[in-house]
Amino acid sequence: MPDGAAPVLDVRDLQTVFRTRTGEVHAVNSVSFHLQPGELLGVVGESGSGKSVTMMSLIGLLPSPPAEVRAGRVEFGGRDLLKVREKELRALRGARIGFVFQDPMTSLNPVFTVGYQLREPLRKHMGMDKSAAHKRAVELMDLVGIPDADRRLEDYPHQFSGGMRQRVMIAIALACDPEVLIADEPTTALDVTIQAQILELMKELRQRLGMAVIWITHDLGVIAGIADRVIVMYGGQVVEQAPVKELFANPQHPYTRALLQTVPHLEGARAPRLKVIEGQPPVLSAPPRACPFRARCSHAFDRCARENPARVPVGPGHDAACFWDAEREAPRDV
Amino acid sequence: MLTYTIRRLLIAIPTLLFISLIIFLVVTLAPSDPTANLPLSIPSEVRAQIRESLGLNEPLLVRYLLWLRQFFVYEPLHILDQAFGWSLATDDMQRILSWQTRSPVADLIVQRMPQTLWVVGTSYIIGVLIALPIGIVSAYRQYSWFDQVGTFVSMAGFSVPTFFTGVLLIVIFSVQLGWFPSIYDTTHEVTDLASFWVQVKQMIMPVAVLALYNAAQISRFMRASMLDNLNQDYVRTARAKGLSEQVVVLVHVLRNSMIPVVTVIALGVPTVFGGAIITEQVFKVNGIGQLLIIAIQGGDVPTVQTLTFIFAVLIVLFNLVADVLYGLLDPRIRYD
Repeated sequence: MPDGAAPVLDVRDLQTVFRTRTGEVHAVNSVSFHLQPGELLGVVGESGSGKSVTMMSLIGLLPSPPAEVRAGRVEFGGRDLLKVREKELRALRGARIGFVFQDPMTSLNPVFTVGYQLREPLRKHMGMDKSAAHKRAVELMDLVGIPDADRRLEDYPHQFSGGMRQRVMIAIALACDPEVLIADEPTTALDVTIQAQILELMKELRQRLGMAVIWITHDLGVIAGIADRVIVMYGGQVVEQAPVKELFANPQHPYTRALLQTVPHLEGARAPRLKVIEGQPPVLSAPPRACPFRARCSHAFDRCARENPARVPVGPGHDAACFWDAEREAPRDV
Repeated sequence: MLTYTIRRLLIAIPTLLFISLIIFLVVTLAPSDPTANLPLSIPSEVRAQIRESLGLNEPLLVRYLLWLRQFFVYEPLHILDQAFGWSLATDDMQRILSWQTRSPVADLIVQRMPQTLWVVGTSYIIGVLIALPIGIVSAYRQYSWFDQVGTFVSMAGFSVPTFFTGVLLIVIFSVQLGWFPSIYDTTHEVTDLASFWVQVKQMIMPVAVLALYNAAQISRFMRASMLDNLNQDYVRTARAKGLSEQVVVLVHVLRNSMIPVVTVIALGVPTVFGGAIITEQVFKVNGIGQLLIIAIQGGDVPTVQTLTFIFAVLIVLFNLVADVLYGLLDPRIRYD
């Protein structure tokens, strides 16, 4: 991975708050990460850890109100996306930053043909006329492996299967050759064989098109197979960041370790019972002043309740936000 | 779609026959006497003769079948004759005659229909045109002051009866301010701009009363339907494509939201032809609604049952129209 190159996307101290009737919910707290050109960054964490909200915040896709991006910087193409006007953001969305969402059954508009929905970004961002957009749409359908593209463009979403619809979503996201593709659990709603097909397709497309991908998932198996680098999120913050091999071989944060223990192994002695992480992730009504994981952590000690740990380097390209040093089985002195 | 429509039209035949029987029985079996309004000096033998001449001594079944034959065979032939100058109908094909006026019911309808269409039809169109944008904006800006005001006005428009709003408008604009006439003048003819303005002035109040009522109902439907769709995943997809809010809301969301609303609007069209019984009374518009009320009061059985049956035909027809529109608007619906 070309670590020296300037990141295509650089997020610093992002903070997103939802204002609800019962008070504020701090969904994203000081999240920082970067994305290198051509890299596939996996984002893992359980439901409610702030993965999706973080990515939606970057590009103004959260409904506001109730959502409010309160602080941070999102550098993309030499600009801070949190400062530019909505109109400029719209020019980036779907053009230089593509999205694929979780549920392909509901993510396409049921009353427009697939061709219409695929031509829309082409006409809007690339200024193509109808016939040029149609030509490009056929190319895109071929690219994502939908046979008989010319005819199928006239079909409606309900005439496609789930896997095919997700291919259409990918085609829409890739329509304008984006530099960044954000895929929010794109395989979660699909059955396993279709999941594998979509994963293969994404791997292949990434090599051919060379875009950077942010892949949000709670499936560690998927991450292991596809990601270059991984960030682990918990309680609206990044708790660990490492290249994928390093993360699986040498997890540092107790949450990451616990997560890895929840995955069944096919090889070796069979574990008597799969581990579970007891408890629920926190719902934060204020920015956390303590480690959000401490209530579920077996290593928690007094400092964890007093301070919220910052991410500290623990290896090459590897950092974790924890006061406990897993190697030495002792508190870290930072 | 065509086969579906034809099949539905065929199914409509037994439905309508059944409805016609019910209407006939309800109207005929209701206690009323066509001679009750005649002067008391007429002796009872003469009254009996009058009843006999109206065919009231025949058995129910015969009267029903005669009426059906008049409605489905004789009347259409006479109407075609009138329209094209043919002579399909012979003299023994008797038309459905009003007991009160002795003129064919069809002619009465032709006389009354323009007023009703002008007043009630205009109010329906205006009501829809007001309701759609209000519903869209109310949903898009849910709980904003616009939405709150819209909700209040809809609730008021829906729950305050038209005889109240009608009289209120008359008191304010006719009695106090003297801007508009309180009586609708049917004999008024539009020939130039000035007379058109007079026509507009006499239409404003009845149209406003009915439009408020229609708009209140339809704007609620529109709002609810928009709200259902605004939170759908495909809306997020449309935004993620970088489309402007205008396109997202007025193309993607609106197209989906219109599906149920169009159905509601289509189903409401027969009520336009049915006239507005109360509002027509308040503003003295001699439309279909008023014709029906007078016929009921006068025990005019042929007029009442024919009018009622025409409403039934229209309702069945526009149910079909609504279903066909549904199929055209929503590609997921398939009729075959």
